[in-house]
Amino acid sequence: MPAATTGVKARKFRGEVLITEDRCKECGFCIEFCPPKVLEFSKEFNRHGYHPPILVNEAGCTGCDLCGLYCPDFAIYGIRVPVESPAATASAAGVSPLGNDTSGVESVRQGGGI
Amino acid sequence: MGVMVPFNPVEPFLRSERMPHIWCSGCGIGTTVNCFARALAESKLPLDKVAIVSGIGCTGRVAGYLNLDSFHTTHGRAIPFATGLKLANPELTVVVYSGDGDLIAIGGNHFIHAARRNVDIKVICINNFIYGMTGGQVAPTTPVGATATTAPYGCFERPFNLPYLAESSGAVYVARWTAYHVRYIAHSMADALRKKGFSFIEILAPCPTLYQRRNKLGDGLETMRYYKQHSVIRHGANTRDVNLHFQGEITLGKFVDIERPTLQQTMEQRFRQVLRDRYAG
Repeated sequence: MPAATTGVKARKFRGEVLITEDRCKECGFCIEFCPPKVLEFSKEFNRHGYHPPILVNEAGCTGCDLCGLYCPDFAIYGIRVPVESPAATASAAGVSPLGNDTSGVESVRQGGGI
Repeated sequence: MGVMVPFNPVEPFLRSERMPHIWCSGCGIGTTVNCFARALAESKLPLDKVAIVSGIGCTGRVAGYLNLDSFHTTHGRAIPFATGLKLANPELTVVVYSGDGDLIAIGGNHFIHAARRNVDIKVICINNFIYGMTGGQVAPTTPVGATATTAPYGCFERPFNLPYLAESSGAVYVARWTAYHVRYIAHSMADALRKKGFSFIEILAPCPTLYQRRNKLGDGLETMRYYKQHSVIRHGANTRDVNLHFQGEITLGKFVDIERPTLQQTMEQRFRQVLRDRYAG
């Protein structure tokens, strides 16, 4: 797990952010006020021409959800995934915790993946 | 779907089909809505017993975006509508969520009288220092020296000090925060939801399109940084001393938290006293 390689105290959970990219208006609140500074603007555009955030340091995310509290557009939020759970294993293998069936949630992407 | 479908904690409180909302990039209103959703979740109030009332303006849109019983009233009349709602159905928790132009300018008279009577409603006032939706006109909260579309040489009128206005009018709970202080806002809103009586929370929020741009103060993010650096939290501060000045220090905190009989209680007490058995209340 990435969390084990950071040198910080091993956690029982892994932080993750989920982003509804098309809601983002690029205000930058989440990137600026993220305590471990793990977010950056994506180079890609969303449907409205804004750059949504992406998680650039998966190991650093604590899932504190401060991004979710700041986001004025309800476009991002943080969660804590227990490292032992099947969802966490699936996610580590590159599969979204939302499952492969993304009908209805096509604009929701896991923060780290593009 | 997969085994775990996480959801945004604010989502159950939103009318998702109306997203994305109309608020500009860098506007602080959406941030306060997040805090309100957290406070509602923490309060564990049944959502069919919570009603939200807004007036006109950018903040007035909150009622339309929240998945509660919501009422979008005429300009300035959110508080009288909420007063009627509360008196007719006392078991409701009634929240007024509106802006400074709506609550304090055109609705100013309603505001002072609801506080005087201690109507059991919670008033959340998002203060962006101008009339945002109508184009950035000067408001009774615009600081001296700030420029607005109707004050091209800078505002020269003394603005209201809202916590002082609320306390001297009779509010039992008065607090002020900025959109940067999200955890404090959420706690304060939860406090207000529990409180009986007229509770007032002022939240300073950036209006990057009109106030910040016209005053060359940068964007919403720049303003949030300003709030972070220039705010001082003084709980229990005398509300006379918490005036806001143009780009000056901002005093935040919970200023007032007292007990006083509500309008409903004083009314029932009086009617029982005078009418005795004839009062059905």
